[in-house]
Amino acid sequence: MKKRVLLVEDEPNIIEAITFLLSREGWHVDTQKDGATAVKRVRELQPDLLMLDHMLPGKSGLDILKDLRSDDQFKSLPILMLTARGQMRDRAEAEAAGVSRFMTKPFSNTEVLAAVRDLMRN
Amino acid sequence: MASINLLIAVCLIYVTFLFLVAFAAERAAAQGRGNWLRSPLVYTLSLSIYCTAWTFYGAVGYAARSGMEFVTIYLGPSLVMIGWWWFLRKLVRVGRTQRVTSVADLISSRYGKSNVLAIVVTVMAVIGVTPYIALQLQSVTLSLSIFSDPTGTTDGGMNLVSAGFWVALGLALFTVLFGTRNLNANERHNGVVIAIAVEAVVKLVALLAVGIFVVWGVAGGLSEMMIRIDNSEIGQWQVDGSRWTALTVLSGAAFLCLPRMFQVLVVENDDERHLHIASWAFPIYLMMMSLFVVPIAVVGLDLLPENSNPDLFVLTVPLSQGQGGLAILSFLGGFSSATSMVIVATLALSTMVSNHVVMPIWLSFQGHGATVSGDVRNVVIFARRVSILVIIALGYLYYRVSGGSGALAAIGLISFIGVAQFLPAMIGGIFWRGGTRVGALTGLLVGFAIWIYTSLLPSFGPDVVLSSTLLEQGPFGIGWLRPQALFGIKGIDPTVHAVLWSLLLNTSGFILGSLISFPKPLERLQGAQFVNVFAHSGHAHGWSGSAAQSEDLMVMAQRILGGPEAQKLFRREAQIQGHDRYLPEPTPDFLQRVEREMSASVGAATAHAMISQLVGGASVSVQDLMAVADESAQMLEYSNQLEAKSSELLDTARQLRDVNAKLTQISVQKDAFLSQISHELRTPMTSIRSFSEILRDGNELKPTEQTKYASIIHVEAIRLTRLLDDLLDLSVLENGQVSLNSARGTLADVIGHAVTTTQAGAAKSIKIDTSGLDHAIELHTDLDRLAQVFINLISNAQKYCKSSEPELSISALKTENVTCVFFTDNGLPIPIETHALIFEKFSRINDQDGSGAGLGLAICREIMVRLGGGIDYVTFEGGNRFEVRIPN
Repeated sequence: MKKRVLLVEDEPNIIEAITFLLSREGWHVDTQKDGATAVKRVRELQPDLLMLDHMLPGKSGLDILKDLRSDDQFKSLPILMLTARGQMRDRAEAEAAGVSRFMTKPFSNTEVLAAVRDLMRN
Repeated sequence: MASINLLIAVCLIYVTFLFLVAFAAERAAAQGRGNWLRSPLVYTLSLSIYCTAWTFYGAVGYAARSGMEFVTIYLGPSLVMIGWWWFLRKLVRVGRTQRVTSVADLISSRYGKSNVLAIVVTVMAVIGVTPYIALQLQSVTLSLSIFSDPTGTTDGGMNLVSAGFWVALGLALFTVLFGTRNLNANERHNGVVIAIAVEAVVKLVALLAVGIFVVWGVAGGLSEMMIRIDNSEIGQWQVDGSRWTALTVLSGAAFLCLPRMFQVLVVENDDERHLHIASWAFPIYLMMMSLFVVPIAVVGLDLLPENSNPDLFVLTVPLSQGQGGLAILSFLGGFSSATSMVIVATLALSTMVSNHVVMPIWLSFQGHGATVSGDVRNVVIFARRVSILVIIALGYLYYRVSGGSGALAAIGLISFIGVAQFLPAMIGGIFWRGGTRVGALTGLLVGFAIWIYTSLLPSFGPDVVLSSTLLEQGPFGIGWLRPQALFGIKGIDPTVHAVLWSLLLNTSGFILGSLISFPKPLERLQGAQFVNVFAHSGHAHGWSGSAAQSEDLMVMAQRILGGPEAQKLFRREAQIQGHDRYLPEPTPDFLQRVEREMSASVGAATAHAMISQLVGGASVSVQDLMAVADESAQMLEYSNQLEAKSSELLDTARQLRDVNAKLTQISVQKDAFLSQISHELRTPMTSIRSFSEILRDGNELKPTEQTKYASIIHVEAIRLTRLLDDLLDLSVLENGQVSLNSARGTLADVIGHAVTTTQAGAAKSIKIDTSGLDHAIELHTDLDRLAQVFINLISNAQKYCKSSEPELSISALKTENVTCVFFTDNGLPIPIETHALIFEKFSRINDQDGSGAGLGLAICREIMVRLGGGIDYVTFEGGNRFEVRIPN
């Protein structure tokens, strides 16, 4: 049984890149572009890992994170957040909301894979 | 024989010397080395301006004509000085505490600071002193004439009238130079006073020298002199009691009332103790001045021809004995007497005229601003100079009109009677609290009218002003109105007559007027201040003989200080006084303590006035009331300022709040903008980095994958470049750093260029309809920038127009001021709620593929603003329409 990751991201080329990287590592990658229906999608898919962009159409990554953490079911879901905004405040807010890992774009592929492996080990 | 030229030279040298003395004295005073200038000796000598040319020359003439009667002229002032404790001391104290500048100021200030009184007194003083100035002119010209005609039998070989004119002019210039070089705030003139003192010495020495010469040089010693006197008529003249009394009173009154005497006695007084010394020193000076009057008169009568002018014996006796040098000394003595009198008299008068007549008028013309501006001093000085010239001109006029005929002493007496009219108001003012403004005015006007009628007008002689019929039979034949025999009382000496009636009716008018009129509060208060000057000035804020009730005091103190505070104060005082349970006695000490406590709350003047109310009304002075008014005015001013300040502060606070809100907004916008830019830059960067790493590490990639990833990197790199271009473009446009290159061209050309550019290499095609375009429309603007806007709009339409048959029609409309170009597509209309956003940066409406950064329309808007036009989104049925406006 492959591990499932849900990638919530609206940039087609970034989806393409991450899908390529994680598939090669043996992940099943589902993608979701719209922020507004992301939480619903998580409930449906019950992924082992959530990769979440910060800036999404419909609903921000931070709000999605908060919604999930307020649900006991997703308290311990590993969530890796990626942001291109580069604001210190975003990181602080995400950490306060219970993010598992926070990374800034552009990232190096090895970093992302290391982070995913790390999250899965715990 | 001294020539006129020599005399004039001597005069000029002497005047220069006096001027230097005055100058040196003023410099010394300015440098603080002037203590000796204000010694009792100088004060006493300055009083000698009482002895004018009239006394110097005229006393001998007086003695030759009327025997010992001349003594009365010295007796009056001597009695006043000896009795200084009674009147002068009080007068000087009032003058000093009230900072009085002249007789007019004293009287007006006493009677409620009445300006009318000040003007009346000023006018009276000018009229009264004018004959006196004429007298000085006459004596100087006469004495000059003596040197061209030593016998003094005629008016001499020179033109007296023109000489009089030059003397008047010289004196006027002299006075202007002396008295108005600068303006002293306290109206004191150190230089003038010291010059007068020097002149006092000169005239005394001159007269003594002539006297000694006459007694020992001509008569041959004291005993021979006594025999001569006994043999002469002077020794046998009878003393007329009424005349003696009248003249003594008159000279005493004049001594106090003459403006010049008031100036040196009161205004220039520096120390009341000087008065104490002058009280005996000045009578001695007068005695020395009169010592040789009789011998000179007797010898003159003996030696000189029958018709010689006895007024000039002081000069003619030495001249007849060939003593030219002594005569010149004597002339200098007379010259000194005349000059010092004229200088001080005109100074005093000009102060009155400028302070009470010119300045009030000038200020009323200037409005309120004048009191704060700096040019008042110049106006005052100018007013004084003009006054001096006018006053001396009046004296000269009187001299001309009266013909210089009357005997010196007679003219002097006329002046004396005139100024003596101030006496009732002065004495009443400082001794009788009941005196009122109406009373003073009545007395002064009545006395003055009588003086003019009985003394001044007749002095011009019959038929000059008053006809001889009027003099002999009265106006309209009414006998009891004859100027020199009022009320039918005949046979009195004209001088005694004038003194009697003027002073009697003046005093009566003053008393009656005061009794029937009701004084204003200010008059009442000033009256208390003047009459009780010693009580006030001695310990101005001490309380004595209090009638205050402790209960009242307690009530008031509680009201001002608050209950607990006042009770504490009273309890402590009661303990000090040794009776714990009762209210403390209102001792002077305690009253002062309460006043001090209260003044901390309500201000010193108010506290003083409030305590005064309890202690007794007499203690409230005008100063107290003024100070209360001042304090209230200051508080009002202060509170106004505070109010203004606080509204200013509110305003500032509001502005700060606005600025802060704006800054916060800008800061939020800036954060949002930076986040946006960061996002826009990092997103393509992320793809580029990720895929370039994949390509670098990926040896298992299929060739199709390699090509695909490389082309992603390529596209993202282009996107990044375009984004950077747009950002730079926008920042240049927004900062206004863009330079526009205006050129002429047709609209059709610009649109053609834009269409060509967009269609080259476009992914999607759109039908562009430019058939509705007027090809004649010309533009004068930056054509490249305009093309950039058009390209943007066309490529937007290409990208976003979701229609089965996408079409864009471009049309234009030229009006008087503006050319409008419309870009209309048939795509889905932009949702209404996003209309306002489309021109904002990073607003990507309908940008599904994410290829644009959302800067295009923002750049279009900036460009059109720079070009002086605009761009708008227009709601349009069945599509989207943009309207671009270009100014013609």
